[in-house]
Amino acid sequence: MSSVAMQIFNGISLGSVLLLVAMGLAITFGLMRVINMAHGDLIMIGAYVTYLMQVIFVQYIPEQFFDWYFILAIPAAFIIVAGIGMLLEFTVIRHLYGRPLDSLLATFGAGLILQQLIRTIFGAPNVGVQSPSFLQGSLEIFGLYLPFSRLFMIGLVIVCLGGLFIYLYRTRQGRRVRAVMQNREMATCVGISSRKVDSLTFAMGAGFAGVAGCTLTLIGPIGPTIGLNYIVDAFMVVVVGGVGALTGTVIGALGIGVFNTFFEYWTNASMGKVLIFALIIAFLQWRPSGLFSMKTRSLD
Amino acid sequence: MSYLYSKKTLVILGFVILLIMPFVLAPFNLNLLGRFLAYAILALGIGVLWGYAGILSLGHGIFFGFGAYAMAMYLTLQSGGMPDFMGWNGITELPWFWAIFSNPIVAIVLAIAVPMLFAGILGFFTFRNRITGVYFTILTQALVIVVTTLIISQQQYTGGTNGITGFDTIFGYSLNSVTTQQMIYWTTVIFLGLVFLICYKLVNSRFGKVLIAIRDGENRTRFLGYNTSIYQVIVYSFSAGVAGLAGMLFVLQVGIITPSMMGIVPSIEMVLWVAIGGRGTLIGPVIGALLTNGASTWFSQTYPDAWLFFIGLVFVLVVVFMPKGIMGIISTIQARRRAKKYGKDRKEEAKLYNSSSI
Repeated sequence: MSSVAMQIFNGISLGSVLLLVAMGLAITFGLMRVINMAHGDLIMIGAYVTYLMQVIFVQYIPEQFFDWYFILAIPAAFIIVAGIGMLLEFTVIRHLYGRPLDSLLATFGAGLILQQLIRTIFGAPNVGVQSPSFLQGSLEIFGLYLPFSRLFMIGLVIVCLGGLFIYLYRTRQGRRVRAVMQNREMATCVGISSRKVDSLTFAMGAGFAGVAGCTLTLIGPIGPTIGLNYIVDAFMVVVVGGVGALTGTVIGALGIGVFNTFFEYWTNASMGKVLIFALIIAFLQWRPSGLFSMKTRSLD
Repeated sequence: MSYLYSKKTLVILGFVILLIMPFVLAPFNLNLLGRFLAYAILALGIGVLWGYAGILSLGHGIFFGFGAYAMAMYLTLQSGGMPDFMGWNGITELPWFWAIFSNPIVAIVLAIAVPMLFAGILGFFTFRNRITGVYFTILTQALVIVVTTLIISQQQYTGGTNGITGFDTIFGYSLNSVTTQQMIYWTTVIFLGLVFLICYKLVNSRFGKVLIAIRDGENRTRFLGYNTSIYQVIVYSFSAGVAGLAGMLFVLQVGIITPSMMGIVPSIEMVLWVAIGGRGTLIGPVIGALLTNGASTWFSQTYPDAWLFFIGLVFVLVVVFMPKGIMGIISTIQARRRAKKYGKDRKEEAKLYNSSSI
């Protein structure tokens, strides 16, 4: 019983990482039909921002404030990576609207450049980030040991999700985003600057990638290719969840997270991956366009 | 018509040059060229799939890898019996799925048939539900992750991350001897020619026209009464078979196959060759594969650090600014020249030649 509960918790915590990674992807894909392969590398940069923040704290800030580095790293990663995302949108992606497959290839190239940039600056070997002291240890409930770092990640995802929800569904700017998402031409007709919406939304999606990178430092060491491990799973979340509704992404991420953990628990890591892939293919037989998809009558 | 004719002569000329290369190049360089030609065969398969049918697969690494593994398994078995890594992992008896590869004909047939069958099944379950475009691409990419993790984890059967290597004979001839390498090179060139011919026939047939129609407007083609998913399944399966063939020829010249040669990054690079050469053409993928790999070999030896910057930049620039690749540039130049000669509208001419299909 307790092992099942533990697996569920692990599944949810994996799902929350996936959700954080997939959130940015879902926004950019849903809004612009752009497949951002560089998303993984934006995550990686977020992780390195955290690392950099730690290095700065170790060198210049008195030791008793060390734990604050992580708190500061989260907004810093969001802002820096969002800036890089905006730059990426401005230089590359802007030219590729309406060519989703091309956007995939071009952003992969951009990702390679980012990877090599980090490798040149920080070196190829993995670097470790020390978790702040308040995230070490674990919470004991009913004989289960739940690590604080995992709980923190789940909490952070809930906060991000809440923020995104309020932004999309409760603000004027969010309404514009949804309008462009649903019908770009019509939205521009009523005076929404779709260029501005695209740029801001892409930056925001990138920012979430930065936050995701921040949390990855709690899980293990980080390296220039860390993004690759998560990007494909995150894309699967978007495929399963469907485009156009946050709910789909949430259910997709938690579903894949929990199933993945259980499959790996019952078999082993590699068979788990095979089973989850088979499950996704089977799922798509039933729902080819994902759990939630925007109903539309337009075809081509 | 005379234009096409001259293009045909160029292709034949290129083929002849490739055939006489063993008399010109040093063995080391010949081996490199042979390797690139194996890649060119693979690129042709991707070129048909992506350039003509508009299906982007980022999973061709595994079909290529399967062909390579099949050949490597056969070579290992016939040059020294049980592979070493099985002994290290405490496996004393050859498993059945290894044993069948001891027959060369079975190995060669399986190297092509299994990728075709696998692609056929995967294609059936996706295209049937109209999962195309980006969604299909993402699924193929996930497939790569699944297969490579599986190979790495089953190291007692597959050799894990080290892959399969250490074989040195084929049909009793030493793989390292110059004559054998020359034979393998010629085999590769001939297969390249054959695959090129088959692809040419394919894309210029009625079947090929339907593929182009699907690429340009899938729903419209469906409304015209074509069962588009069947066409997509067939072309995907064909392309996977070509990748398997390329993998076989590749391993003969490289002597090793590992999961990292078929992973996510190599699979995307394969697509890049086609993009650089020019999609929607058949010469393009071949030129792209040769040029990119040649540049990669030279560049990554001379400036290993700058190489990834460079290839990343090329990726972005080619996709964003020259979606038709090298072939697109060539045909634009040719069209301009013709326009000068005949005083026709240049743009119309350029359009005309961009749509020609060799």
